[in-house]
Amino acid sequence: MESTARAFKANVHEAIADANLQAVMKRFSEGFSAKRLLAVERLPEFEALRDAARDIKNHVLENLDLYLEQFESKVVESGGQVHWCTDAEQARQTILGICRDAGARTVTKSKSMISEEIAINECLEKEGIRPVETDLGEYIIQLRHEPPSHIIAPAVHLSKHQVADAFREHHTGYPSTRVLDDPEVMLAEARAVLRSEFLAADVGITGANMLVAETGSIVLVTNEGNADLTQTLPRVQIVVASLEKVVPTLEDATTILRVLARSATGQEQAVYTTFTTGPKRSDDADGPEQFHLVLLDNGRTDMLGSEFREVLRCIRCGACVNHCPVYAAIGGHAYGWVYSGPIGAVLTPNLIGIEEAGHLPNASTLCGRCENVCPMRIPLPRMLRQLRERQYAQNQAPKAIRFGLSGWAFLARRPSLYRVATAIGVATLGMVGRRKGRLRRLPMAGGWTTARDLPAPQGRTFQHMWAARGGRRQ
Amino acid sequence: MSDSRERVLGAIRGAVGRDSRSGAAAETVRHRLEHPPPNVVPMRGQLEIAGRIDLFIAEAERVNTTTARLGQWNEVPSAIAHYLKGVNLPASLRVATDPALQGIPWAEEPLLEITTGAARNGDRVSVTGAFAGVAETGTLVLLSGPDSPTTLNFMADAHIVVFPVDHIVGTYEEVWARIRSRFDSGTLPRSVNWITGPSRTGDIEQTMLLGAHGPRLLHVLLVDV
Repeated sequence: MESTARAFKANVHEAIADANLQAVMKRFSEGFSAKRLLAVERLPEFEALRDAARDIKNHVLENLDLYLEQFESKVVESGGQVHWCTDAEQARQTILGICRDAGARTVTKSKSMISEEIAINECLEKEGIRPVETDLGEYIIQLRHEPPSHIIAPAVHLSKHQVADAFREHHTGYPSTRVLDDPEVMLAEARAVLRSEFLAADVGITGANMLVAETGSIVLVTNEGNADLTQTLPRVQIVVASLEKVVPTLEDATTILRVLARSATGQEQAVYTTFTTGPKRSDDADGPEQFHLVLLDNGRTDMLGSEFREVLRCIRCGACVNHCPVYAAIGGHAYGWVYSGPIGAVLTPNLIGIEEAGHLPNASTLCGRCENVCPMRIPLPRMLRQLRERQYAQNQAPKAIRFGLSGWAFLARRPSLYRVATAIGVATLGMVGRRKGRLRRLPMAGGWTTARDLPAPQGRTFQHMWAARGGRRQ
Repeated sequence: MSDSRERVLGAIRGAVGRDSRSGAAAETVRHRLEHPPPNVVPMRGQLEIAGRIDLFIAEAERVNTTTARLGQWNEVPSAIAHYLKGVNLPASLRVATDPALQGIPWAEEPLLEITTGAARNGDRVSVTGAFAGVAETGTLVLLSGPDSPTTLNFMADAHIVVFPVDHIVGTYEEVWARIRSRFDSGTLPRSVNWITGPSRTGDIEQTMLLGAHGPRLLHVLLVDV
């Protein structure tokens, strides 16, 4: 998809002014995090499982070539094909070629972030092949021609009335006067519409939560069952997965599955977890005749060799998004590309360039909640800081920030000057704000004072007070 | 295509600072694949059989699976007829040709209409066996095969799963051990389905609704052996 990350600031203003979005986000921020906490409290081994999950992925990344070769050989052994692709364009052409060979007219899709990353839907549509998203949330945003606003809850930004409007516009076989205000009724309608799409589809495209090197299996996790209908009913299955999805063994996949759903939605386990190995067997009663695995780099090997290697441990659970105060205030679309929240702020600059997405790593207070809840213990705040450093080093930070930072650095390296300057600053601000105890306006700090007052300093600087106490704790 | 393969593998080796398949790394990888470490296995499921059965039922019911225990296989037809009446579904069953279900005396319940094979569009009720039940999360494990088509697990409104209580294990790791002893090492059936409750979605205003694409009802009949 086209990125609008460059327009992040305008996107944020729009999101804050959107009353409907703000109402939805208020409900959102209370849901997932409370459920995660309950699930974590029920499982004493949760922290140990996080450590184990992190160690598995670190081991994989260190030996990624070996595990991918092993995985490939097992896929081939089970009757499937592996298509290695270096970038999005090669992946799109590969998928398109398989669809053409299958004479595909309708393609069902199970929600997949990597397929958003390579914008496969637009590519298929241009060629006259109709992609149909089957995850309910993903289906709704496809009808509305929108990108997902959350990794695991793509339509979380919408009210039920907006969903009803989309159904009325597109489900033309239903009477226009029908009542559509009960989510249960809306779900029944979508289920019926999508069931006939499942049965009509020639090709099913899925992502993969994991790839298992030991057996050549893909692991797919859903609550709806749409991935299973997508990979069981059509004649041809295409799986799109990036390199880092591979894990060594079934036990390793199991360890990661024990932290995935708990971190994502607070479920003990997702409803459907499926290990799929190759196409249907000769005596199977159902399943696809062909199994294609599109194995995609698209920037992963660059990250593997950089200080961002650890972000490749990500299992796309969305816990960091669910706990991010910035995301809760602005929603997912403001981030301007496929991935939102803290993981988006790290991935997007790495995947489409820091010159395009430079605002994202700066839109963070570095509060650290994301790292606290990340099941794979990815140091997201450290990475946000590293992106800011990279931006500064590449001369891409805005002038005001560069000027401010150089000024501060000049003082910070000269302690006596620093003491004098801060003493003057504190005394001046304290005098100006003495009457009200707060400052309503401050030159060069409009970003702070347009939305709130700055408390006026009272008394002397911290260093003064520290010295007055003899430099000891009381 | 093979060109891309070499480019990707070469980029990985460059990034991890190791040229092609160094002996030590390959040996570590081979060892892990042949002797999968169990990592961390929660204590919750590590119980004697009676405790496992109780935990399985409790965890399954937490996620909206309904359960019933039967003393013998010949009680299955009447239990299903009774269940379907309660949920107001027709007594017409699409049944897996699973050998474990072959001994069920369907004819004893003349109101049940039985057909066998893969699911068809419009089937309201499917009946299958299960390879295992996992106590730690109330999860069912079903394997695809000629006698257990995958579509039966996903297409009907109600999925009824019948299996003997001794299929209940404590942890997922025990399932892998049982699968490895059944199949050749490193091979799996086309589908291994873990099913933890009936299908659901929260995609409309985060309201949890059952029956998104898969079955709205999941009913487990545990037969004592």
